[in-house]
Amino acid sequence: MEKGIVTCTICPIGCSMEVIGARSSDLGYLVKGNRCNRGIEYAIAEVTNPTRILTSTVRLNNANLRRLPVRTDKPVPKNLMLDCMKVINLVEVDTPIALGTIIIEDILSTGANVISSRTV
Amino acid sequence: MYDIAVIGAGIAGCSIARELSRYNVRIILIEKNSDVADGTTKANSAIVHAGYDTKPGTLKARFNAPGAQMYERLCSELDVPYKKTGSLVLAFSLDEMKTIQKLYDQGISNGVSDMEIIGKDKVLEIDSNLSDELVGALYARNAGIVSPWELAIALAENAVENGVNLLLDSEVTNIEKMNGLYRLHMEDKLVEARLVINCAGLYSDKINEMVAAPSFKILPRRGQYNVFDKSLNFVNTVIFQCPSDLGKGVLISPTIHGNTFIGPDAEDIQDRESVQTTMEGISYIWEASARSAKGLKPNAVITAFAGIRARSSTDDFVIGESKEAKGFINVAGIESPGLTAAPAIAIHVADIVKELMGGLGANADFNPARRKVLRFIELSEEDKNILIKQDPRYGRIICRCESITEGEIVDAIHRKAGARSLDGVKKRVRPGSGRCQGGFCGPKVMEILARELGIDIKDVVKNSRKSYILTGETKDKSLYEDVHDFAAASKKI
Amino acid sequence: MKEYDIAVIGGGPAGLAAAIEAKKHGAEAVLLIDRDKELGGILQQCVHSGFGLHIFREELTGTEYAERFIKELKELRIEYKLDTMVLNITEEKVISMVNKTEGLVNIKARAVILAMGCRERTRGAINIPGTRPSGIFTAGTAQRFVNKEGYMVGRNVVILGSGDIGMIMARRLTLEGARVRVVAEALPYPGGLVRNIVQCLEDYDIPLLLNHTIVDIKGKDRIEGVTIAEVDENRKPIAGRLQYYECDTLLLSVGLIPENELSKGIGVKLDPITGGPVVNESMETTVNGIFACGNVVHVHDLVDYVTEESRKAGRNAASFVKGKAAEYGLPISTKPGNGIRYIVPHFIRQDKVEHSVDLFMRVDKIFTNKKLVVKSGDTVIRIINKAYMRPGEMERISITAESLKTVDNLSLTVDVE
Repeated sequence: MEKGIVTCTICPIGCSMEVIGARSSDLGYLVKGNRCNRGIEYAIAEVTNPTRILTSTVRLNNANLRRLPVRTDKPVPKNLMLDCMKVINLVEVDTPIALGTIIIEDILSTGANVISSRTV
Repeated sequence: MYDIAVIGAGIAGCSIARELSRYNVRIILIEKNSDVADGTTKANSAIVHAGYDTKPGTLKARFNAPGAQMYERLCSELDVPYKKTGSLVLAFSLDEMKTIQKLYDQGISNGVSDMEIIGKDKVLEIDSNLSDELVGALYARNAGIVSPWELAIALAENAVENGVNLLLDSEVTNIEKMNGLYRLHMEDKLVEARLVINCAGLYSDKINEMVAAPSFKILPRRGQYNVFDKSLNFVNTVIFQCPSDLGKGVLISPTIHGNTFIGPDAEDIQDRESVQTTMEGISYIWEASARSAKGLKPNAVITAFAGIRARSSTDDFVIGESKEAKGFINVAGIESPGLTAAPAIAIHVADIVKELMGGLGANADFNPARRKVLRFIELSEEDKNILIKQDPRYGRIICRCESITEGEIVDAIHRKAGARSLDGVKKRVRPGSGRCQGGFCGPKVMEILARELGIDIKDVVKNSRKSYILTGETKDKSLYEDVHDFAAASKKI
Repeated sequence: MKEYDIAVIGGGPAGLAAAIEAKKHGAEAVLLIDRDKELGGILQQCVHSGFGLHIFREELTGTEYAERFIKELKELRIEYKLDTMVLNITEEKVISMVNKTEGLVNIKARAVILAMGCRERTRGAINIPGTRPSGIFTAGTAQRFVNKEGYMVGRNVVILGSGDIGMIMARRLTLEGARVRVVAEALPYPGGLVRNIVQCLEDYDIPLLLNHTIVDIKGKDRIEGVTIAEVDENRKPIAGRLQYYECDTLLLSVGLIPENELSKGIGVKLDPITGGPVVNESMETTVNGIFACGNVVHVHDLVDYVTEESRKAGRNAASFVKGKAAEYGLPISTKPGNGIRYIVPHFIRQDKVEHSVDLFMRVDKIFTNKKLVVKSGDTVIRIINKAYMRPGEMERISITAESLKTVDNLSLTVDVE
């Protein structure tokens, strides 16, 4: 069972929470150190399957701007961030591009698309 | 083959090269750094000293006051900003008032005019921010301020316009004398000249020792400074304290572009490249300057810098033909008041050259004036609009702290002895000298440099050849060995 | 001279929101002026997400956030000038500006909204000793190079200061293949948001050294390394607690300074603590008809708050030009008390507060389990329990129009108790 120490990012306090696997608990985990209940779900997610929105840029051709900002349209597993970057860094796109255009579909089979985050 | 090789393009070398360009001689000006005015000339107090401070009978005394008197005309010919602000040497005790009297007398014997010993009230009338504890001061109306590097750059530009060859990035590593000629060896070049003038600043002893036995040593002495934001506007004149053995003490002074600075301290060091600031040095100049005036605030500081004075072991300028090497002229140990004395030294050196070469013919094409620099912010509204119509680049402000336009930057790049680096542009037209220190304009100036010099932006440097700014591009595929596996793993739209 | 109802100086998040809101509230001729070649300001180099959680209830990137406002500005047909630098503004609201196509132009506005944002504190401003090689960037300048221009500023990076932009750049550079060795922070607590500490530093195992600063920079041409020292509670280096880090790049994320050169020229009074104009509840400065909003007033940590504040400025500027300026009683002044560095707004005119007014403030150090107490004299107006407060996160207290009526001595104080 996973366990770990998680710093909460729900609010500015940043509680340091300890998460321990526990069969006895309904959630399957015990969370300690949280000052409020909002942190529990976050803490468990952080030890079981931490995810992040990945933001980056891709090469942009035929525009004044040399890079197009992009992001994933849903969070991707944290441990795939650097691997996703390798895919993103291979892509080159041409203008015009509208905000929200899918640049890479289902990146590394995560279910997340990489989309353009501005119009050029 | 040249008649004259000048080693070192600081204020001394540039002054001399430009003075000699009045004559019909082939001159080469050789500089080890990537720009002119890159050593001591770019990091000093920038004061045109009246001349009361030098000991009568020294070379410093001989050239100081005459040099100061040449500034007005020289700066007007070359279109370099210069301002006669006057200076005050403050006394905080009756004892120090005695020193003030000595300085006054010394000034008289050095031929300094327009000096006056004044009491506290009058001092505070001139500069109201000064300390209440002062007793009186020596007021020298002829002291002034200038931008040393802008002057040296203007001198170099004018020299090149008048036929001087400028060789940058060329460090003289050895000098041979063969068949009455000097052969100057550089990493990838060789220059031959009949006469050599050694203006190598901090390295002038080393250059001298390439042709002669050691006759003087350069004892590098570092000085540190803090520069304040323009909004401070703290003093109107150059504020000195009573001099000590270590130099003229810590000053508070306006700069020609409207900032205020404090400094320098005086620290003897070994390493001639050691132009770093230190915590001790900066705290010292704060303590010392607080004696002259209180109320300077650390949060108004925009930058710190250090310069190294090329002090000679002889404690005076070293000027003249080497006793051992005929036709090799030393112009060394040019520490304060070297900037002030430089124009007068240049004339004296030209006289030495005339004698050595048996007279010099005039350069019929010599033009003492430099093409005017268009300073957008100083123009009238009407002239601004005329200028922008002629050249729209003067309508694009690149540096918002100092209101410098693209037109001015492009001009600074394309002039003779023009800017080739970020600092080169900064030295000439000042983007990056203001409160944001280049944060906003830096990338834009780099883009202009790359475009105008026809180079990749990644090859734009801060100053020296190795001072690269960008390290490559983002999306660097070479970072990953396994990149192709990933290309296959995803579908690109 | 061409005349406008409202001129907005700066096309970043503050200027965009203010111009849009002014137009929506009946100002006819609104002109927005920006020095850059596109609208959006610094948002256009913020490719990271975290914007819009308050305003749109969505997590957007900076570029997405900007685009929403730019779209609306264009739909409202608000006039804007790009690549145009404002040189001067007079008290009579004559604005001199310059660009390549029109040259030097003067226009007159009935109200002006200052939205010039802020600049980054530099190495010089904090007097880091050492040499002056290349490779030292403020975090924002590095961000522009990396995100907009597509250039790397270094491979082996040390960051001084734990401001948000510095931490965000730590992640950004790591993702682009650079090695970020350490983030040093002179204070005992981080400068930026907790979210960024976790997602930008901890996620990538980048150490954050609190109570540490740089005491020496080495390198003649390009930076070669820095010496990091542990500091005591007075931020003075502790002897012997030094470590040398080799690096080819130093990023500085050591604070932002409101950019008020134009404001000074107008004669607007500035607050020495915020570095921005003194403003009232309507975001109007001490000069009649000159409004200010966003980071030019005080540095915000969330762009959403900038938007809110700027909308307020836009609304009030519109009502100013529509001549709704009535006579008001003496304003209540807000006073930062114990533990509070500053409060914005500085003045509140009671008659101008319809429902409530928000006070924005920062505490001067970390507090746990304290109260924010709003008082007028001895009368307590509001108490808010705070489990945790730190200078990096702005505090906000809403005061109702009702409770303002209980203020009797024309002053409101906020204390940490």
